Amino acid sequence: MTLKTTLKINGKDRTLDADPRTSLLDALRNHLDLKGTKKGCDHGQCGACTVIVNGRRINACLTLACMHDGDEVTTIEGLGTPEQMSALQDAFVRHDGFQCGYCTAGQICSATAMLDEAKAGWPSHVSASLGDDVSLTDEEISERMSGNLCRCSAYPGIVNAIRDVARGGAR
Amino acid sequence: MRDFDYARAGSRSDATARAGAGAQIIAGGTNLLDLMKLEVMAPEAVVDITRLDLHEISVVEGGGLRIGALVTNSDLAAHDVVRRDYALLSRALLSGATGQLRNKATTGGNLLQRTRCFYFYDTAMPCNKRDPGSGCHARDGFNRILAVLGTSDHCIATHPSDMAVALMALGASVEIEDAAGDVRQMPLNDFYRLPGDTPHIETVLEQGDLITAVLLPKPVAGRQIYRKVRDRSSYAFALVSVAAVVRMEDGKIASAALAFGGLAPKPWRNAKVESALTGKVPSDDLFGQAADILLADAVGFGANDFKIPLARRTLRAVLRQATEATQ
Ligand SMILES: Cc1cc2nc3c(=O)[nH]c(=O)nc-3n(C[C@H](O)[C@H](O)[C@H](O)COP(=O)(O)OP(=O)(O)OC[C@H]3O[C@@H](n4cnc5c(N)ncnc54)[C@H](O)[C@@H]3O)c2cc1C
Ligand code: SF4
Ligand code: FES
Ligand code: FES
Repeated sequence: MTLKTTLKINGKDRTLDADPRTSLLDALRNHLDLKGTKKGCDHGQCGACTVIVNGRRINACLTLACMHDGDEVTTIEGLGTPEQMSALQDAFVRHDGFQCGYCTAGQICSATAMLDEAKAGWPSHVSASLGDDVSLTDEEISERMSGNLCRCSAYPGIVNAIRDVARGGAR
Repeated sequence: MRDFDYARAGSRSDATARAGAGAQIIAGGTNLLDLMKLEVMAPEAVVDITRLDLHEISVVEGGGLRIGALVTNSDLAAHDVVRRDYALLSRALLSGATGQLRNKATTGGNLLQRTRCFYFYDTAMPCNKRDPGSGCHARDGFNRILAVLGTSDHCIATHPSDMAVALMALGASVEIEDAAGDVRQMPLNDFYRLPGDTPHIETVLEQGDLITAVLLPKPVAGRQIYRKVRDRSSYAFALVSVAAVVRMEDGKIASAALAFGGLAPKPWRNAKVESALTGKVPSDDLFGQAADILLADAVGFGANDFKIPLARRTLRAVLRQATEATQ
């Protein structure tokens, strides 16, 4: 059995005809040749596969492509290009937010959506109050990014990059 | 992953009709797909319910909240009414998993997530829950994360959900629609089953049943606390957790609702613990008596023995905080 699925990826409709077992991650990498999104654990534990679906960050490895027919998917390729980087991409470069770079696409997709969550006033586990006034302290950034592991432990650079963008840092 | 037939349910009745023997409903997929990749679960058919109209949170007449089964853990934790009146639930949700997972995980799926017992996950090992009658190596094995209350000779697994512990303390009910279209409601406490000699049967759900909503009663007055003790301070399952709603009046405990995670095969609630506290002046002695009642039948299996004193200390800390005079 194969299923036809159309995804709006980085603004363009892309169609694949694949076995229903195909995860969104495998669809992106193996069927649509978008290799920016990485596979780490394939079990929702590392965050390397993070993409943004209908505005929300999710683990592409733990969802089926066929369940997303018609959905809008943003991958790292849709956030910026080497010539025209997004603010977070630029900040990751400036702050050494990586070493090997394997987790980086997931970190940046995750952080992009995380900043929107904070803007919408979502609290986190470390927020003292459940009110709307989110201030992205380093502790808040770390907690909200806990779903993105970095085997090279570039965490200080990652937090610096995100803090910079959260505070509207210069490019 | 084993091959399966995929169908997208167009309506509730379509979903219940399709969710018969051999089929499995999929919502967020964050637990089911994890287990299907490992072939711990291998349904012949997968029924996608994500397009059903079960995404709403609404305030019901007379107070109380109706949470659609497909409301995500993120949306539930961030909902204004939940943050204001059921803060315990927001806190429990925010202590679980990660931002990415909470964006996918649903209310119904969270209730039905399976145990994290290592042997359950390892298809090379026997496990009565995964493969009924094959045995349980966890009792004499790596059982650090497993249960000390409500266990049986056949299974000592814990239920891993944080959300369900909070819902238990808040007195939630589950709404279920069956294949005949009949809708029933039951308290969450009656929804889960203890393992006994059938640990593979975890709830009262029958083939074809669809969880449609979780219902919360009118918010109760009192201080709400969720305390989760775990190996890391972020992104880890609970070793022990305590959910509490405690109301003080004239220096005495007027009411206490307490539920516990990490200790048992289901979110654990014991009315005797609560009645021992009600009407009393808070003191460490009293909290110790409450812990004695909670843990009277607790049995450790070696590596998880530590959970018994840990549960005692966590309960005491939560009760101290809940009954403090400040605020
Ligand atoms: C790395 C990782 C860390 C995690 N950490 C935590 C944690 O700290 N705390 C915590 O509580 N949880 C944690 N989780 C578990 C997570 O909360 C669950 O996976 C999630 O809540 C399941 O919801 P879902 O919608 O994705 O369920 P699914 O995977 O879609 O379904 C789970 C089960 O529920 C059934 N089902 C779903 N919806 C319905 C319905 N409406 N009616 C009938 N049956 C239904 C499915 O058939 C399936 O058997 C973690 C998960 C991962 C992968
Ligand atoms: S404790 Fe339960 S889930 Fe774990 S191995 Fe034993 S039977 Fe299986
Ligand atoms: S590859 Fe998806 S979370 Fe690790
Ligand atoms: S940069 Fe190597 S894993 Fe993060």
